[in-house]
Amino acid sequence: MATVSLRNLVKAYGKTEVLHAISLDVADGEFVVFVGPSGCGKSTTLRMIAGLEEVSAGEIWIGDRAVNHLEPKDRNIAMVFQNYAIYPHMTVRKNIGFGLRTSKLSKPDRNRRIDEVAAILSMTDYLERKPAQLSGGQRQRVAIGRAMVRDPAVFLFDEPLSNLDAQLRTQMRLEIKKLHQRVGTTVIFVTHDQVEAMTMADRIVIMKDGSIQQVGTPAEVFHQPANIFVAQFIGAPSMNMLPARYAGGQISVAGQSIKATLPLPDGSDLTVGIRPDDLLVSAEPALFAGIVSVLEPLGSETLAHIDIGGRDLIATADGRSPPAVGARVHLAADTANLHFFAPTGEAVR
Amino acid sequence: MEQFLLASGTIVAGVFGCVAWFWGSNMALDAVYPARGPRAGRNMRHASAIRPWLFLGPAILLLSAYLVYPVINSAWRSFNDADGARFVGLKNYQWLLADGKFHESLSNNMLWLVTVPALSTLFGLVAAQLTDRIRWGNFAKSMIFMPMAISFVGAGVIWKFIYDFRGEGLEQIGILNAIVVYFGGMPQTWLVTPFWNSFLLMAVLVWIQTGFAMVILSAALRGIPEESIEAAILDGANPWQVFMRIKVPQIWGTIAVVWTTITIVVLKIFDIVFVMTNGEWGTQVLANLMYNWMFRGAPDYGRGSAIAIVIMLLVTPIMIWNIRNARREMR
Repeated sequence: MATVSLRNLVKAYGKTEVLHAISLDVADGEFVVFVGPSGCGKSTTLRMIAGLEEVSAGEIWIGDRAVNHLEPKDRNIAMVFQNYAIYPHMTVRKNIGFGLRTSKLSKPDRNRRIDEVAAILSMTDYLERKPAQLSGGQRQRVAIGRAMVRDPAVFLFDEPLSNLDAQLRTQMRLEIKKLHQRVGTTVIFVTHDQVEAMTMADRIVIMKDGSIQQVGTPAEVFHQPANIFVAQFIGAPSMNMLPARYAGGQISVAGQSIKATLPLPDGSDLTVGIRPDDLLVSAEPALFAGIVSVLEPLGSETLAHIDIGGRDLIATADGRSPPAVGARVHLAADTANLHFFAPTGEAVR
Repeated sequence: MEQFLLASGTIVAGVFGCVAWFWGSNMALDAVYPARGPRAGRNMRHASAIRPWLFLGPAILLLSAYLVYPVINSAWRSFNDADGARFVGLKNYQWLLADGKFHESLSNNMLWLVTVPALSTLFGLVAAQLTDRIRWGNFAKSMIFMPMAISFVGAGVIWKFIYDFRGEGLEQIGILNAIVVYFGGMPQTWLVTPFWNSFLLMAVLVWIQTGFAMVILSAALRGIPEESIEAAILDGANPWQVFMRIKVPQIWGTIAVVWTTITIVVLKIFDIVFVMTNGEWGTQVLANLMYNWMFRGAPDYGRGSAIAIVIMLLVTPIMIWNIRNARREMR
């Protein structure tokens, strides 16, 4: 087990810098998820930690060693790839055992280790099979087993669930989380799926365009997003954004005034954010009013798209008695749940 | 100029002939069985049963005339005497079994069979792996592939110069002897030194076939998922282990196809031997032996045909295996 520390990490291809001085400390045994849209640099960061990509500038520390110039095999890490990357010509046993080949274990010890790992992953009955005879989920288990067998200090996962169907993905998500609770190894997990990030992570690292936007627990990034990008990226459906103006202790937004004290100069433009969960369809006159344009029933609740004079807001309505399309409804929100963003995009509180 | 016109004329006539046949016969078929009227359904059924035969017909006829008939005729001739006048049963084959030159050819063919496919595939694999890793790899690839464009006869002539021998005191124009002399050695009569001279002939074919092996294997190597290689690196495999234990096992199917394809070329080997030694000095091979009996001096069609049949019997099983394997690869 070990800590991982990135210090002003830079990656450049020729003159194009794709990763801009990233710094991050991962605690021993922590489950950290890197999340962001494709091309944000999350996979590149992971591959640099693994040693598959060269470091252009900055340092990577694993435990008490700077590993910039160490070969991947000497970094004491293991990686699980998106396409499983299992060896198609080897049986499951040989796949899992390949990494032990170079270890000093005796053959019986080695086999015992493989059996242990297979038992944890419930793959014991499949040890003598070839990958072609396995399902997608089983292949992913083999890939995880191959990573586990060497007992690494850090597990790296590169979008390991994105090739699985929705049901299997939910199941494997849970299994990986359980596995982490059981073995307690430091995990760095890359995904583009914010639900995966929210459900699995101890801490989430949100990236965009090669920079870290925010680092925090799932609750922190959800309830206190650092900027508009994080606010809209985390949470589904996305946070509603409305242009507003701040003057004299009042925020005027969509024809309404809200009392607030913000650390902004008088007369500033700002953006008000409201999560669909916090914007409730109400029969009583409330904050906003508008016409229902589309309904998306989800069972326990219904998402209602409401047109408030040229702006479309997503609000939550009751699942059992949703409003009718075309009806005029009121939208209520607790002002404590509103988010405010300066013109730069940064959150203001 | 006349030949050029003749060649152009043939090409034009051939292409237009083909188009005319397919188009015309199709039209005729539709006229006989029109897809309308009261019997449209039946007509269409008849037409679609006949159509494949119309389109395949010319190919089947030509293949019969130039492949099937010669095979049958050769088989028949191999049971007849020198002029094909008298049936002699298995006499030609009995003669073959006792003939020293036939033994020499057969064992030389076996030697070629073991050496050339193995070396070509090995060099091809090494070249494919190495050229993928260097910046001027594509240039190197073109150079290695170039000999493929040279005919076997041309290659034979080129290499005959390389192995050329001039008497002592004369300037060596063969590059091999020139090098030997430069380093203070005695010039050798390479092509007339039995046993090893066969390997010098094989070098020519290896030189030609390595390019073929390299191109096919290079494509196969690139088809290996990058992630499985990265996973092996993370698992602590060094480049040699990645190559031998991860890459090569994943392209076994392709290696087998390359190997057998070259094997078939080797079994039919004729031109290189014909040009360079004409089978003298212990370098005889089956195809050249057949040519000698068939067309040289007093031709013996019976014996020549018997040798031809032997070659065919040797090639056939490898051919079948190769086609099956290639089909499996495609799936």
